Amino acid sequence: MNLAALPARVAATPGLARWGRHLTAEVLVEAGERRWILSVRDGALVRAEAAPAIMPRYDLALRFDPAGLEKFLQSPPPPGWHDLMALMRQGALQVEGDVQPFMAHLFWFKGVFALLRESAA
Amino acid sequence: MIEPVIGRYLRLDLETRPHRVYFEETGQGVPLLLLHTAGSDGRQWRHLMNDAAVTSRFRCIAFDMPWHGKSSPPEGWQGGEYRLTTAAYTGMALAVSSALGLDRPVVMGCSIGGRIVLDLAADHADAVRAVVGLQSSAFVAPYYDTEWLHHPHTQGGEVCAAVVSGLIAPTAPDADRWETLWHYMQGGPGVFRGDLHFYKGEGDLRPKLARIDTARCPVALLTGEYDYSCRPEDTLATAAAIPGAEAVIMPGLGHFPMSEDYAALRPHLLPVLERFAALP
Repeated sequence: MNLAALPARVAATPGLARWGRHLTAEVLVEAGERRWILSVRDGALVRAEAAPAIMPRYDLALRFDPAGLEKFLQSPPPPGWHDLMALMRQGALQVEGDVQPFMAHLFWFKGVFALLRESAA
Repeated sequence: MIEPVIGRYLRLDLETRPHRVYFEETGQGVPLLLLHTAGSDGRQWRHLMNDAAVTSRFRCIAFDMPWHGKSSPPEGWQGGEYRLTTAAYTGMALAVSSALGLDRPVVMGCSIGGRIVLDLAADHADAVRAVVGLQSSAFVAPYYDTEWLHHPHTQGGEVCAAVVSGLIAPTAPDADRWETLWHYMQGGPGVFRGDLHFYKGEGDLRPKLARIDTARCPVALLTGEYDYSCRPEDTLATAAAIPGAEAVIMPGLGHFPMSEDYAALRPHLLPVLERFAALP
């Protein structure tokens, strides 16, 4: 999964900034051994980079089962693996830490990860 | 253009408390009572109620449950927490049917409505002609913390809509996807969560399924494949526990088939309604 293009794709999707206008957070994204940090400021994804190996700082973590994430990223995704909450239902996504930013900006998180699917297709 | 659908208010007591319940009606023929999903309202049936293939045979009635849509909560609501129960929901459906003078209606519900039709079939087969459960199962286990649906640190309308947004099939038309979500955004504070008290807890109907007699009350269950709340396997397990029940898994549909993509539901639904229209 290559997140490098994600900030530009988020910026090019106008509705996301509105859903996330009050979202400022450091979000750890984990899939197996791979870890990234998403830096979000007022709904803009300003950075999406590999997490530092030592002492990463973040507010909340989205920990994906790698096989579940792979299904989610398929285009089109199979039924039951097509949404972040579908992955939670499957036990393939754990949301940990300060859950409030995730729930308060759920449209933003769902929209951003759907963009990742398009870039993977 | 004016639609043939007419909205009125019904005054009746539910669980001994006076209520003013909004309902919409259209069509002629066999009464068809329509039950919306948790946290939404009767607008979910807008396409069906404008489908002449249905309204030429059925007197269609969709009511907003108390606390939902244009049906306000009962007086004194501010002093307590809304929590739907099996007894209240079944009693409400029967009371509305009786107050409107419906003669053994076909009852069709989706999600919580698809759940409660199982209770009607099990315990009130004399009062209903047949039941259709959309996204129907006897039980759904919790898979997220519903506290966030009614919490001062989330915007209630947005979080309720966002939670259910993935339950809509990816192929649903955008206009109907976002209208379906708008209904959720308009829900009152804590109402969706209060419905889920029934759906994910109190309303476990698995013990009742074996007593359903489909010779007295036929049961048809139609479930969209993209529903990860009431999953296809949940519907199939429910149907397997009801001798004579029919179950269909519908491709390209999610948790709100009548609202998210009625055109995709129609080929599955019309044959069922045609059979049920012919029941004595």
